[in-house]
Amino acid sequence: MNALVPATDKSPARLADEGRDGQTVDYVTMTVADQLFGIPVLQVQDILGPQRITKIPLAPSEVAGSLNLRGRIVTAVDVRLRLGLPPRAADTRAMSIVVDHGGELYSLMVDSVGEVLSVDAKDFDSNPATLDPVWREVSSGIYRLKGDLLLVLEVANLITFAARDAA
Amino acid sequence: MDDLLCEFLTETSENLSLLDIQLVKLERNPNDPELLDNIFRLVHTIKGTCGFLGLPRLEAVAHAGENVLGKFRDGELDVTPQAVTLILSSLDTIKRIISTLEATEEEPAGDDATLIAALNAMASGDAADASAEEDVDPAAGDAAAIDDPATDDAAPIAELEAAPEPADADAMPDFDTVDAPPVAEADSEPVDLREPESLGQPLATTAPPPALAGAGDPVEQTEPKESAVANQSIRVSVDLLENLMTMVSELVLTRNQLLQILRSQKDSDFDAPLQRLNHVTSELQEGVMKTRMQPIGNAWAKLPRLIRDLSHELGKKIDLQMVGAETELDRQVLELIKDPLTHMVRNSADHGIEPIDERSAAGKPETGRIRLNAYHEGGHINIEISDDGRGLAIDKINAKAIASGVATEAELAGMSDQQIQQFIFKAGFSTAAQVTSVSGRGVGLDVVRTNVERIGGTIELKSTEGRGSTFIIKIPLTLAIVSALVVESSGERFAIPQISVVELVKAGGQSEHAVELVNGAPVLRLRSRLLPLVSLRSLLKLNATDKAPGGATADDASELAAESTEAFIVVAQVGTYSFGIIVDRVFDTEEIVVKPVAPILRHIEMFSGNTILGDGSVIMILDPNGIASATGEISLADKAESEDQQRRQADTKDRVALLLFRAAGESPKAVPLALVARLEDIELDKVEAANGQYVVQYRGALMPLVPFDPTFDLASTIAGTGEDGTARKPVLVFADGDRSMGLIVDEIVDIVEQHMTVELSGDSDGVLGSAIIAGKATEVVDAGHFLTKAYPDWFGARREAHGEEVAHRILLVDDSPFFLNMLTPLLDVAGYRVTAVENAGEAIALRDAGEQFDIIVSDIEMPGMDGFEFAQAVKDGDRWSQTPIVALSSHTTPRDLDRGRQVGFTDYVAKFDREALLTTLSQTLTDARGAA
Repeated sequence: MNALVPATDKSPARLADEGRDGQTVDYVTMTVADQLFGIPVLQVQDILGPQRITKIPLAPSEVAGSLNLRGRIVTAVDVRLRLGLPPRAADTRAMSIVVDHGGELYSLMVDSVGEVLSVDAKDFDSNPATLDPVWREVSSGIYRLKGDLLLVLEVANLITFAARDAA
Repeated sequence: MDDLLCEFLTETSENLSLLDIQLVKLERNPNDPELLDNIFRLVHTIKGTCGFLGLPRLEAVAHAGENVLGKFRDGELDVTPQAVTLILSSLDTIKRIISTLEATEEEPAGDDATLIAALNAMASGDAADASAEEDVDPAAGDAAAIDDPATDDAAPIAELEAAPEPADADAMPDFDTVDAPPVAEADSEPVDLREPESLGQPLATTAPPPALAGAGDPVEQTEPKESAVANQSIRVSVDLLENLMTMVSELVLTRNQLLQILRSQKDSDFDAPLQRLNHVTSELQEGVMKTRMQPIGNAWAKLPRLIRDLSHELGKKIDLQMVGAETELDRQVLELIKDPLTHMVRNSADHGIEPIDERSAAGKPETGRIRLNAYHEGGHINIEISDDGRGLAIDKINAKAIASGVATEAELAGMSDQQIQQFIFKAGFSTAAQVTSVSGRGVGLDVVRTNVERIGGTIELKSTEGRGSTFIIKIPLTLAIVSALVVESSGERFAIPQISVVELVKAGGQSEHAVELVNGAPVLRLRSRLLPLVSLRSLLKLNATDKAPGGATADDASELAAESTEAFIVVAQVGTYSFGIIVDRVFDTEEIVVKPVAPILRHIEMFSGNTILGDGSVIMILDPNGIASATGEISLADKAESEDQQRRQADTKDRVALLLFRAAGESPKAVPLALVARLEDIELDKVEAANGQYVVQYRGALMPLVPFDPTFDLASTIAGTGEDGTARKPVLVFADGDRSMGLIVDEIVDIVEQHMTVELSGDSDGVLGSAIIAGKATEVVDAGHFLTKAYPDWFGARREAHGEEVAHRILLVDDSPFFLNMLTPLLDVAGYRVTAVENAGEAIALRDAGEQFDIIVSDIEMPGMDGFEFAQAVKDGDRWSQTPIVALSSHTTPRDLDRGRQVGFTDYVAKFDREALLTTLSQTLTDARGAA
């Protein structure tokens, strides 16, 4: 986790403390098409700037390619495309959040990565029934923040589209 | 010290410490069958290894211990603390013997009768007795034993290369100052010498060191010491190596960047240090790579001795052949495969190979053969262990399966032999009539399977009763290093495993090789052969801006054909199928470590893995198998699979590459391309007439020429060609062994690969029939006719070879009349008696009518019952189950091969590979005869 640089003034130790008391949970926040998303901080391995990505022909369109992260091969998934959004403009550079799933590393390409937020468990709500089915599939719920909504991304669901495509 | 012994000590010490832990767990958890199985296997392994190393005392103790554990496992004996104590004390005895062994390379004399008696009493269920024995001092026998060697040889310690270190001394012992008391004296002061530690160097003398005295002392005081041999090499977790490797890769990348920067600067101060860094890094990288790879031969090193000893013990003659020992394997994989391999070879020797008298009664050579073969294949490492022994007895397995309740009689009746054979991989399943000290307890094969599956491998078994068994262990290449060719297409780079690359050809532009299009399908003329091509760009849809299927892709093949661009063609071979891959550029070959692709990408068949190149970029590794199967189906790719299943079968079945030419009239003629060895252009003035035949000097020999047109006249043709005098005629060269002949034709028209329906006529000589090819009625030529014209005895030599014997009967099953008509005369002239039928149903009917054949040759793709089902039916039935079946197919992928083997095909031959077919037939018949 050496590249994980929380953008807040909280020290890692304090973050851990807060996690332990069960009241608050820490999320790495990110934005995709101006929507705020969060991934539990403990699932996050790395945060990367724009990378050299090798395209993978014939792969599902959500797969942007693969990249070399300190000798490990990481599969890059474009969260925009996964969510059924239009691809980002060519001149914007994507940030990536590297997560571990089943021993494999995946790099989630998002528009920008924000700070690490501690959110209160009581602010958690389930997804509204009217939410797009694709979004509902990858999100496990929503935190009501002051002035904003934080969608919690379910990493496992986010990267299981290949099976769906193949089926 | 003997390598073997050294390894044994390392391994056993490891196993023993593992056992200690597991036994204690077992005591707490007596009903854990998995734990029990584990313990049992570990002891079994120790016993087995002792057996062939010739360590009777160790073996006896382990054997007795194993007996008790066996009872535990079968539920005949409860796991009580007393029992566990007893087992533990037998382990202690083993440890003590081992420490002596380590010091002297010999087992201490003496026996462990008391301990063994206690164990046996326990095993026989004599609980009272067993508990009474609880306080048996397990060291009693041992302690007594130690005195003996001490008196045997009173060599003074000074002679030892490494003196034992006193327990309380930190410093290296000073040899000069060590007194040289005779062993007897050492015996009297055991305390100082209790903890011997040979210092990294094996003892090179057989003299028992005084340490013996210490070890032989009442055990209550002496903890069995840590094995010193085990300390000579350290075991490092693979994770650590993996980490190291990752870091080295990083280092390499950084170095590359630095070198890049340096190149742009002249005369930098960094020059020298960077050069040095460069070297060190390279060496480091190499070293780390090496730590992980080992030739499989390392795992085989023990086997020759194992076989030697076994053959003595069992009174058999066994010849062990080892092929492919240099095949490199990841260390971790090797480690895991070592024990299973030993088990399997031992099994083959013990159960597979029959005793001498039984072999000679069965008409086999006295010496049994066990063959190990390791090779890389399609991203896997295959290890075959085959023997020519008795094979698996299905009825024995059946009986055992019913007895042990794994299957009911009814279930068994519904299973194929193949399925029934799989039972031998179940735990506790042994068909050996008696439990020998070598094997037969039913551990072994389940261990093998567990271990193989743990590393993601598979194990296959094929066995014919009376003829032997073959186990094929297939291990994924996941960690293995392969060399790969890096190519570029549309700016993307890919790696192609070097193993499937045959050659590289530059094509298009100004080069001599031109890519041509046949109905849009690119082909290349390569040394008179036509090579189907596939463009990597269109195959991988590389130019598609969106990845939607069917998106317009620029076809570099057509550009190439138009000679507007230049490209490289990688000629690849998969099985017998060669094809060319069009790429833009070819880079170097690189050694790569294959890493599996992420699970979400595994469904893409074109890739076998990915890797990181030296420059740090990720690159996909192409799977030639996947590409091959994709090329075969490219024309059908856009059709729904279910809908066209039937059609496709019909299509591929008769798809055959045909050479079209013109001769004797305007109507095109065709001959199967596979029959044509070469195409030549021959200058007619070099043609001579000899013995009423046209001949030409060709490759240092005379080659007869036969004009296709019987009215052909050499002189008039030359005269008719005008003044330049270089009249040429294309010639199709047919070759067979060292003979060849040329068929003079007027013009080579094309090579097509297509579906073909032959309507037979057969009334004109040299023509099999006619077919619609490329939209025109085309005569299909009978090459055999012209062969016999050139050499009346073309097939005669072969016939003679068979002349002395009764002709072999062949049953030929193929739904295509064309092939039947092609093959029947061919086989006939080769001296076989051929019965041809058009479908599997007719063949089965012949069987039921009581016909017998020596060999069956069957097509795979047939309407109704296909070749696989047919083979299955044949193997399942009684009457023909011993008859070898050879599969004949127009396209052969490894998957087909596997499936073919599974259902019982003896061999697999590509259609039209006449040479291979004949070789295979005679080979198979020889094998069958040898085994009968």
